[in-house]
Amino acid sequence: MDSTVASTGTEGKTWGGGNKPLTASYGKLMMWFFIVSDALTFSGFLAAYGFSRFKFIKEWPIADEVFTHVPFLHGQELPMIYVAFMTFILIMSSVTMVLAVDAGHHMNKTKVTWYMFLTIIGGAIFVGSQAWEWATFIQGDYGAVQTKGGNILQFGETVMEDGEAKFKRISIDEFAVTIPDVRVEHEAKNGVWFEDEGTLPPYTVNEIYAGLAANENILVRTQILNDEGEKTVLSREESLRQIKENGKLVVKGANLHVNEYGTTLFADFFFFITGFHGFHVFSGVVINIIIFFNVILGTYERRGSYEMVEKVGLYWHFVDLVWVFVFTFFYLV
Amino acid sequence: MAHEHKLEIFRGLVKFKSNTQKIWGVLIFLTIVTAIEVVLGIYKPEALNAQILGMKGLNWIFIILTIVKAYYITWDFMHMRDEKGSLRKMVVWTGVFLVCYLIFILLQEGTYVFDVYNGDDAIIKRDF
Repeated sequence: MDSTVASTGTEGKTWGGGNKPLTASYGKLMMWFFIVSDALTFSGFLAAYGFSRFKFIKEWPIADEVFTHVPFLHGQELPMIYVAFMTFILIMSSVTMVLAVDAGHHMNKTKVTWYMFLTIIGGAIFVGSQAWEWATFIQGDYGAVQTKGGNILQFGETVMEDGEAKFKRISIDEFAVTIPDVRVEHEAKNGVWFEDEGTLPPYTVNEIYAGLAANENILVRTQILNDEGEKTVLSREESLRQIKENGKLVVKGANLHVNEYGTTLFADFFFFITGFHGFHVFSGVVINIIIFFNVILGTYERRGSYEMVEKVGLYWHFVDLVWVFVFTFFYLV
Repeated sequence: MAHEHKLEIFRGLVKFKSNTQKIWGVLIFLTIVTAIEVVLGIYKPEALNAQILGMKGLNWIFIILTIVKAYYITWDFMHMRDEKGSLRKMVVWTGVFLVCYLIFILLQEGTYVFDVYNGDDAIIKRDF
């Protein structure tokens, strides 16, 4: 070996190599570098969200009205509850992760195994919840009409609740009148084989207008926020006029082009930011599973150090950290 | 390598006997902060709607609580408290500086575009 390893005479000196700058190992330091750069990517997304929101500050959707669903509790409006649950799950899995790291410091293989297992379960619950959240968001609930200018008009009625006049949303399914002259969706099998079109909206604007005209109680709500931070409700005549003159497309749910909750950018950012975060959680779960099997196989026991658990732990906590910010800027502020 | 942990949070106000105990302590603290955020988010007290420095008071509370949570996740879960001061500064100062810079630029620009859309002499019409 002596012939292949040059002796430089600097062993043990600061620049001689073999020591740890900042007393952190190479792997941990690199993980910190990655985390800083990834944090900048996420802050780029969140700042872009802020930019778009400031651009449309007077008409941005109210998150409390959008995310009101909880699995198994149909038809109940419970804003924030499910997201709060997801946040708690992620913090909890962060805790089991840090407990795994701590057990690793004590070289306790059984404990590391169990805590890693719980962390993976927590991550899986979170990703599953996010998938459900996406599905609910894409499916939509009340439906709306998009105007020629790309603005969203929603429907509802004013009801008295505890002596206070409140605007209660009404689904388009409840009042739309079916008019039989609707255009049939073009499918490749019915015409030219290379031409196809996307799903047609559930109703046409005419059907919505007929339904609106027939129901005296229904009013239209625009996306403009008033001084109290609530969406503006139009008068009956104005409601009819808006739908008749400006209504262009019936929207149910959300995708990258249209969204029934308001400004299209809101849905775009929802998919992009929570999607990118969800992808991080997913890859975190995959890495955790790999480390979990390495722990079971005794790789780190033989290596004499559970530092790998610590490194993947850093990544996992970072994902939790990002969610704390996404939670605030998407759901709270 | 010995793994000493600094076992006090809130500048020594709360001291823990072991690292495991500290982890649970931090979890309880983070849960309380999240619960406060959720309760404020659902009820949105009228008194907190006053404008402070160009933003609703409530939003300031949310942002401050978020930074508090971020601090404890980084310091105790990611063990930043036990790292060398230079590593801490390298990560935190770089991140905080660049993020603040980015936020300032983009929000400033967003406000400007809002004025272009909504000013008295706006030539762009979006509501039709």
